[in-house]
Amino acid sequence: MLKKLESSLIHLLLILGAIVMVMPFAWMISTSLKSQNEVFSYPPVWIPPNPIWENYVRAWQAAPFARYFVNSVIIALAVTLGTLITSSFAAFAFARIRFPGRDALFAIYLSSMMIPHQMTIIPSFLVLKDFGDFSPALGLDTYFALIAPFIASAFGIFLLRQSFLTLPNELEDAAILDGCGKLGFLWRIVIPLSRPALATLALFTFMANWNSYLWPLIVTNSNTMRTVQIGLRYFVGQEGNQWGLLMAAAVFVTLPIVIVYLLVQRQFVQGIAVTGIKQ
Amino acid sequence: MTMLSISPRRRREWMEWLSGYAFLAPSFIVLAVFTYFPVAYALGLSFFKWRIMSGAPTFFGLGNYQLLFTSDDFWQAIRNTVYFAVGSIPTGMAIALFVAILLNRPMRALPIYRTAYFLPTVTSMVAVSVVWMWIYHPDVGLMNYLLEQFHLAPIRWLNEPRSAMPALIILGIWRGLGYNIIIYLAGLQNIPEHLYEAAQIDGANRWQLFRHVTWPLLTPTSFLILIMAVINSFQAFTEFDVMTQGGPLGSTTVIVYYLYKQAFQQFNMGYGSALAIVLFLIILGLTLIQTKVLGPRVHYQ
Repeated sequence: MLKKLESSLIHLLLILGAIVMVMPFAWMISTSLKSQNEVFSYPPVWIPPNPIWENYVRAWQAAPFARYFVNSVIIALAVTLGTLITSSFAAFAFARIRFPGRDALFAIYLSSMMIPHQMTIIPSFLVLKDFGDFSPALGLDTYFALIAPFIASAFGIFLLRQSFLTLPNELEDAAILDGCGKLGFLWRIVIPLSRPALATLALFTFMANWNSYLWPLIVTNSNTMRTVQIGLRYFVGQEGNQWGLLMAAAVFVTLPIVIVYLLVQRQFVQGIAVTGIKQ
Repeated sequence: MTMLSISPRRRREWMEWLSGYAFLAPSFIVLAVFTYFPVAYALGLSFFKWRIMSGAPTFFGLGNYQLLFTSDDFWQAIRNTVYFAVGSIPTGMAIALFVAILLNRPMRALPIYRTAYFLPTVTSMVAVSVVWMWIYHPDVGLMNYLLEQFHLAPIRWLNEPRSAMPALIILGIWRGLGYNIIIYLAGLQNIPEHLYEAAQIDGANRWQLFRHVTWPLLTPTSFLILIMAVINSFQAFTEFDVMTQGGPLGSTTVIVYYLYKQAFQQFNMGYGSALAIVLFLIILGLTLIQTKVLGPRVHYQ
């Protein structure tokens, strides 16, 4: 009996906490469906009697959100793919190829993880500005500027190397016997066997890049280049107190990641618990 | 040994070395251009005075650092950042631990709770900042409505220097909970059952169990969370840009925001670089201090 009471109390507390966690999102949706008058009504109304779905259409059209989304998707995909490729190659080299200076180089790669972004943004900005003088497609306010700095990830290399190291040596011996080169071994055997680690890396890289803010803020200037996050930020400045529109925009900016998260929850949570990654 | 008499074995070895470097090349080039070179560049640039718009850099020695350490704005930024960290970290960790303990039992609803608690962490910081701006609205915001329900006076939250940072602290705690809960939960699940059983046989009550079994064995987890929380709070930026732009009256200008303003609104590249170096040293210093002071007190099994 006491156990039942205790269990109920615990669930009560957890539910209250969960409500606090989720309430802002519910409020976001609620406000997004209100007219400008309803928005400012007090006391607050949770469920608007006549939901104004047009807010979503108006918000979408009030700023080039379609373009923002396209940009975010292209950049996040490119960075994820690039990271997977460069990290696989490097991790493979560190885990399964012997060459002079390997350990020293790995230490150097590891140390780059300790460098905070803020220390590299100013010089990277200047470097890209110089690239831009050389060729406009490589300068500021381009896909190149948003993608190139993130194509390599020491963290990704670290993660994949751990995974590659766990593969038994016999696999490599068998591959050599079959006449398979290093590249073939990597492509046909190591990578298919490392799917969980690759999937985790892909997921984290994609999400981190989708949500990234400071770098796109600094590097983009024109509306055609902005990512969804920066677009939303400028939309706030643009719309002032049109809270219904702002909330609608916030909802459709949040939705994709929420959907992705719901689909891959287990993988995501496991990845964090095991590696302690934070975005 | 002449070029013509390299044995096949030697050659195979060289080919292996070559492949190793080749595989490393793509990532190395990117890291070199966008991480290693920038670090050196930032260091060098910090000794120059350079406003991008007005011409070439001029050598300034330690001038930027001098300006920095005598600047009221800089010290305000440091104070603000420390205030943010101290306000959000201990409270956040305590709540996360409490929730993790509640969750650490067999329950079918775990995935549902996990989704709810984790949602604030994965969602776009910009979107979250926008909705909290609305929640903090002084006239019709949810927060003041809630205060009113408890017969408390409404607060002008983001519009007042005194309440702006607390508003952001609350947001910071709300946002970071899910992540810390997950890590604590993993730590709790690593504590072997038999230790609890042994203590219970000795007659330990709930609180004693926590104090003498759970907490000591959680210290590695707590240590990890603390270190990361400090690093993250010192690098906070997005919410400060979206919600308050560092105001009102500079009360929410944290270090990274100050750096952003100096380097990318006023284009003081030299000064900004010096700031970046100092920020790095601060974070490094804090991490080392925590390791030295708290490290020895961490229990490992």
